[in-house]
Amino acid sequence: MTALDEPLAAPAAPTGASAHGAGAAHHAVQRPNDRVAVYIWQAPVRITHWVTAICIVTLSLTGGYIADPFLIPPGGNVMTTIRLVHIITALTFLVSGVVRTVYLLAGNRFVRWTAFIPTNRTQFTELFRQAGFYGFVRSEIPKVLGHNQLAAAAYLALFALLLVETVTGFALDGLMGAEPGATAFAWLRELLGPQMLRLVHHLTMWLILAIALFHVYSCVLVDHIENVGVVTSMFTGYKFPTREEVVESRDGGPEVLEQAAKRADA
Amino acid sequence: MQDDGLYAALVRRGMTRRSFLQFSAAMAAALALPLSYAPRIAAAVEGSKRLPVIWIRGQACGGDTEAFLRSSDPDTVALFLDVLDIQYHDAFLGVAGGDAELARTSAMDRYRNGYFAVVEGSIPSGASGAYCLIGGRPAADVVREVCAGALATIAVGSCACDGGAPAAGSNPTGAGGVRALAGARYMALPGCPVNPVNLAAVIVHYLTFNELPPADLASRPLAAYGDLIHNQCERRPHFEFGEFATEWGDEGAQRGWCLYKLGCKGPETMGNCPTVRYGEKTSWNVRAGHGCVGCMTPSFWNAMGPAYKRLPSPVPFLPNVTVDMVGGALLGGVAGVMGVHAVGMGVRFKRRRMIAAHERAAAVPLGPLPPAVGDAGRRSEPAATVGLAPAEHGAADEADGRPDAPVGREGR
Repeated sequence: MTALDEPLAAPAAPTGASAHGAGAAHHAVQRPNDRVAVYIWQAPVRITHWVTAICIVTLSLTGGYIADPFLIPPGGNVMTTIRLVHIITALTFLVSGVVRTVYLLAGNRFVRWTAFIPTNRTQFTELFRQAGFYGFVRSEIPKVLGHNQLAAAAYLALFALLLVETVTGFALDGLMGAEPGATAFAWLRELLGPQMLRLVHHLTMWLILAIALFHVYSCVLVDHIENVGVVTSMFTGYKFPTREEVVESRDGGPEVLEQAAKRADA
Repeated sequence: MQDDGLYAALVRRGMTRRSFLQFSAAMAAALALPLSYAPRIAAAVEGSKRLPVIWIRGQACGGDTEAFLRSSDPDTVALFLDVLDIQYHDAFLGVAGGDAELARTSAMDRYRNGYFAVVEGSIPSGASGAYCLIGGRPAADVVREVCAGALATIAVGSCACDGGAPAAGSNPTGAGGVRALAGARYMALPGCPVNPVNLAAVIVHYLTFNELPPADLASRPLAAYGDLIHNQCERRPHFEFGEFATEWGDEGAQRGWCLYKLGCKGPETMGNCPTVRYGEKTSWNVRAGHGCVGCMTPSFWNAMGPAYKRLPSPVPFLPNVTVDMVGGALLGGVAGVMGVHAVGMGVRFKRRRMIAAHERAAAVPLGPLPPAVGDAGRRSEPAATVGLAPAEHGAADEADGRPDAPVGREGR
């Protein structure tokens, strides 16, 4: 299960004679229009993605009730239950976030931090080319197997906002006397004051929801354009680009094709 | 008044032995000590001289003095504070002018490093301190002097702790707390007004253990300011049961339900109001039907507002905007932009399909129709466009004249 675990900068895998005989030359990909299954999203990445998605929805709904109790008629331990759900979901989210962070450091080239933070000129210009595509300035979408750089920038912002929610959430929990927030984030309560802390926690929720909405829209749009199974890849882990696309993608190359072929043979 | 000790003075004021022991027990409770400490407290107070106190007032309304002075039936705490050896307090002095100044300076000399400095009210720094003068001198200078010779400085009330109401908003007088002027032994007792029980408890702790009680980051004694008001509130069960007053005087308010939705800051404020209460322990504001305003939180006037809403406005100068309005507008805006964008993208896709069809028609005017289905991963085109190539990949693929390989992982 560890295909494509080598870093982005590693030399390409030697292009020996494989069943498909691919990658003999860089410029002439054999059977360029054949589609191959490329394993992009490792299982823990997919699982944390969906856990995070469910957590964000649950936390937003329960948090909305805590901020301004509505809809549910009084009676029964309504607030107790909803706060309990909120806190348990938050802890689940935290675990999921830790797992994703591990894969940010040690995952494959598509999920590692190098896929998010532009480290070279190509990655930088891709950000603007992708933005140009959304802005109807460019007609072509940059070729990429994993995240395009604009999406990656949005996810970086999302990660930062999720971190803000986690920290302010624990600081608010500490207000009730619950550890570890009570001592670990006492400095934050002193710095911002409880009201500002609550305001930041609440406003950040809306920012996260806005990014989530944009995420869903852009995924469906890019799925429609790239036609390689973007949406289903978050369930199965695979995308189905053509052999030519694999080689020409910014984060692809002959070695990716090679590995995909090996994976298919196994 | 003879100086034969605190206990003798209390007895002269009519305190019985029984009520003195009750006071000791109450102090142990206020200091979050086990009841077994009550005898030790009683012994310490019995053996004490009347503690000299110099009480300075800066920019204050006098509420902190009033809090223990205006008892119609003085309780033991009021009596205890009453029999302290208050050497200087501008409201109590029988003399005025130069004699009053002399009373303070001579007390400072006589009891050097042996008195408590109690400061009430904020100390302004604006206009070189001219906004508040004591005996013609800036309050800051006098307070610094008094604190320098004190055993310890106790800031009573929110104004003395962080500037309070005079420091609110634009802070025209440059008001601030006493922290910067006091020495290392400093204790803050915020509240508007301070609860006399907490003041007495700090002094009793000093008499018993010869040190100030443990404090938090804002120098507030943990015994009094270590727990959330919400956690001690008598309306808390209504909070847990989702029972909220939604308007002043509505059915929920009449039934004593939780004031959370009316902006009560109890869930954000550390203090012991629900347990020690005010006004000879009769009530406190939430019990009386008004939400907590968070007066024990540092800079509460700026930080804890608005008093009757849960959250402040996130937009400066627009106090009626709520965070949900901003968030809803943001989300709606993003959705709107996406809707427009989706329409634009749809137009673009359609135009490309038409261009591709035209090109193909020009290139192979008499050839057979291309297959209706493009690459296998794509749904077939609707009947109206049969014969035209699918957009994007389809067009490119067919230009190669090569049918697509089946998509999928047939090898797996």
